[in-house]
Amino acid sequence: MLKFILRRLLLLIPILIGLSFLLFIWVRALPGGPATALLGERATPERVAQVNAAYGFDRPVLEQYVKYLGRVSRLEFGQSITLRKDVTSELFRRFPATIELSVAAMMFAVCVGVPLGFAAAKRERTWVDNSAVVASLIGVSIPVFFLAQILKWIFALKLNWFPTIGRLQPTRELEHVTNFNVIDSILAWDMGALVDTLKHLILPGIALGTIPLAIIARITRASVLEVRNEDYVRTARAKGMSSGVVDRRHVLRNALLPIVTVVGLQTGLLLSGAVLTETVFAWGGIGQLISGAVLDKDYPIIQGGVLFLAVVFVLVNLTVDVLYAVIDPRIRVH
Amino acid sequence: MRQRKTWVALALVSALAIAACGGDDDGNTSGDTKVPGETTAPGETTAPGETTAPGETTAPVEAGGTLVFGTSSDPVVLDGAYVSDGESLRVIDQLFETLVTTEAGGTAIEPALAKSWTASDDGLVWTFDLQTGVKFHDDTDFNAEAVCFNFNRWYGFTGVAQSAAVSYYWSTVFGGFSDGAAPSLYESCDAPDPATAVITLTAPSAAFLSGLAVSAFVIASPDALTKYEADKVGGTDDAPTFDGTFGTEHPVGTGPFKFDSWTPGDKLTIVRNDSYWGTTAILDKVIFKPIADGPARRTALETGEIQGYDLVDPADVSALEDGGYQILLRPAFNVGYVGFNQAKAPLDNPKIREAIAYALNKEALVTAKYPEGAEVATQFMPPELFGWSADVPTYSYDPEKARALIAESGVTDLTIEFYYPSDVSRPYMPDPTANFEAFRSDLEAVGFTVVPKTAPWRSGYLDDVDAGNAQVYLLGWTGDYGDPDNFIGTFFRTEQTAWGFDNPEIFDALTTARDTADLAERTALYEEANNLIMTFIPGVPYVHTQPALAFAPGITGYTPSPVSLESFALVSLG
Repeated sequence: MLKFILRRLLLLIPILIGLSFLLFIWVRALPGGPATALLGERATPERVAQVNAAYGFDRPVLEQYVKYLGRVSRLEFGQSITLRKDVTSELFRRFPATIELSVAAMMFAVCVGVPLGFAAAKRERTWVDNSAVVASLIGVSIPVFFLAQILKWIFALKLNWFPTIGRLQPTRELEHVTNFNVIDSILAWDMGALVDTLKHLILPGIALGTIPLAIIARITRASVLEVRNEDYVRTARAKGMSSGVVDRRHVLRNALLPIVTVVGLQTGLLLSGAVLTETVFAWGGIGQLISGAVLDKDYPIIQGGVLFLAVVFVLVNLTVDVLYAVIDPRIRVH
Repeated sequence: MRQRKTWVALALVSALAIAACGGDDDGNTSGDTKVPGETTAPGETTAPGETTAPGETTAPVEAGGTLVFGTSSDPVVLDGAYVSDGESLRVIDQLFETLVTTEAGGTAIEPALAKSWTASDDGLVWTFDLQTGVKFHDDTDFNAEAVCFNFNRWYGFTGVAQSAAVSYYWSTVFGGFSDGAAPSLYESCDAPDPATAVITLTAPSAAFLSGLAVSAFVIASPDALTKYEADKVGGTDDAPTFDGTFGTEHPVGTGPFKFDSWTPGDKLTIVRNDSYWGTTAILDKVIFKPIADGPARRTALETGEIQGYDLVDPADVSALEDGGYQILLRPAFNVGYVGFNQAKAPLDNPKIREAIAYALNKEALVTAKYPEGAEVATQFMPPELFGWSADVPTYSYDPEKARALIAESGVTDLTIEFYYPSDVSRPYMPDPTANFEAFRSDLEAVGFTVVPKTAPWRSGYLDDVDAGNAQVYLLGWTGDYGDPDNFIGTFFRTEQTAWGFDNPEIFDALTTARDTADLAERTALYEEANNLIMTFIPGVPYVHTQPALAFAPGITGYTPSPVSLESFALVSLG
């Protein structure tokens, strides 16, 4: 097992080198550059040339890349051009916000998606099943910004239940120790801040969690349907076991593996999918940082941010692979 | 049991709510995930979440209180010399002050940290009589030495600090730096006594004084600049890094508010400066909340999470007004224009340029597609500014005349490439595609064949226009400070690739106007220059707009300024 984990971690190195190269070439191949983005109407050719010279963007791309690799190997991702902040520390400072949002979204997706898929499978081809299938179809296809707008309209504007921007009310002060607001408010023993944090998590959590929810529900339904027709389930029923015990001990346990796979994959995707949600809810996490950087052609942040997300994605998938072995003793990792 | 699950499923399908989480206990393995479901309802009634925060914003009515203002992004840094973006300057304007400023809501120059000033007859030596008894927020004295320290700091910038991405305004107003690589307007600053600062220029410049009102030239505490290493640049040649903490953690000025805290991506807080030398501010605190998404800013105002925001989408103005919100309009200080590149035939032909000017139905576009406050432009600068001419030749919509001019021109190939940007909304051009569509049908109506060309604003469009690739294009400008040189001087004082023409008569007229000290004389020269330009028709200016801000009902004391120099000092929650 340890060997497997080590090998997977070593594989990260060529992945990251390849990715960084493609990324480096790609952001520079796009028309426009940080100077034009910064200066707008004021971007005269002279000024653009001057800014490019100051940041070395006028040198050959390969030369720039070699220098960049040298810095990255020392874990220096440079400084943002538009924000003038150190990329690495900015990524780490904002990452907790993104994790918090992703966890909220995943909790919503799992604890609604699994029961929904289960209920649909148990009542296969009834109206319950049909509505669950339709709902999950809507869930995967609804654009996040549209869903966010609807959620805000209903739950914030009309019902006034939840806030629509940020992670805490702007007027509330909370000492940031870990930058996880849930943890920080518990550390500070500030229940008002904790409740406020949770209220801020709900709408963006739902907006971000809807697509994974729909996918999880569909996989759960398919997986449960398959297991329900297995011989051992029929045997358990024939023995006179109660329906609840059969579901819990036999059906769900065996149906879990594909569900865990999809949850793992979706968790990785959530981190990158947070880009839109974070922008619409002014969340201040990594997604918002990167989407802003793409608009501003802020090369250091795009490069550092995407590499960072790639590492996280690989690590999440590795964790899922390891979890398989834990859940299902039939699987052994080689 | 069966019945219950059915209802659970139904509830989920219809509402996508999470209240049912954990309700399906024989199927759910994550029983500990009740938290989000639990908080839905009780969150409303839990005392701490509800009582503390609103109390902070609403309790004190007349003096004091906290205003939360929605901005489009974080500032870059809070160091005037290092920025040119509106969000940085918005906060800098509250913390710092300049020697001279613009009147509230206008562009006329008024005293600020300088009580008065005189210029020598040759226009080279400017003597500023300073306010006395003024202290920086770190309790050090504001005096002539502090003024000279700041000027010499700007003049002494080296390396990346000289680039337009950093010190745009210095190079715009003063030109070069102390290394002498480019000529500079600045020569020296002397402090004969604490209350007198003498600034010597290398050439007479009338734009200098209006330039000084730009918030980039705020006077910062020399102690803090040094202590917090405002100018420390690290990193490598090709990846410079700004390492000082002055602009991020310790911005120290003389303004009515003091810096409190800043968490980028979350909020920036400033508090009242109780020992301010002028009238102290009313609010206790102003919190700037970055909300990049336009619709999200509007919703946040409507839910009461913020009490005001800038960059209101013109499409939202009437709905917000109907909802009881206050809409404040900035006096027009921009221009939207159709640019011509005369290096590309047939635009070198004056008759063709005139024909296009007559063919475009500017009035119809501004009436149909622009919000309240927009007006049709007759020249390349707004009426707000001195030097605007009432007798420029105007080209009111006249397709007949356009056709006649085309016939007279003798040009047969009437194909033109028309560039317009996608993915952008500018104050003078909320919807570039709508402008393009309107102008295209106008041009086709008089016989032109229009080839549409488009690119994203920051990913190619600006580069194409600046490099002279665009034949006919949509562009515009928002003024930085109240001087005609910042409008028509920027466009037409020198030869530029985007315009593609060489007209020494116009270049000379604008240079002479810039260098003339006497205001009445300058005004006349600029009026004359505007007439010259609009006879030559390098492009067709068509609109000046009034960008909008929105505030919650009851908020008073905010005066929109054409140059966006706006103070929160007089703002109260009402």
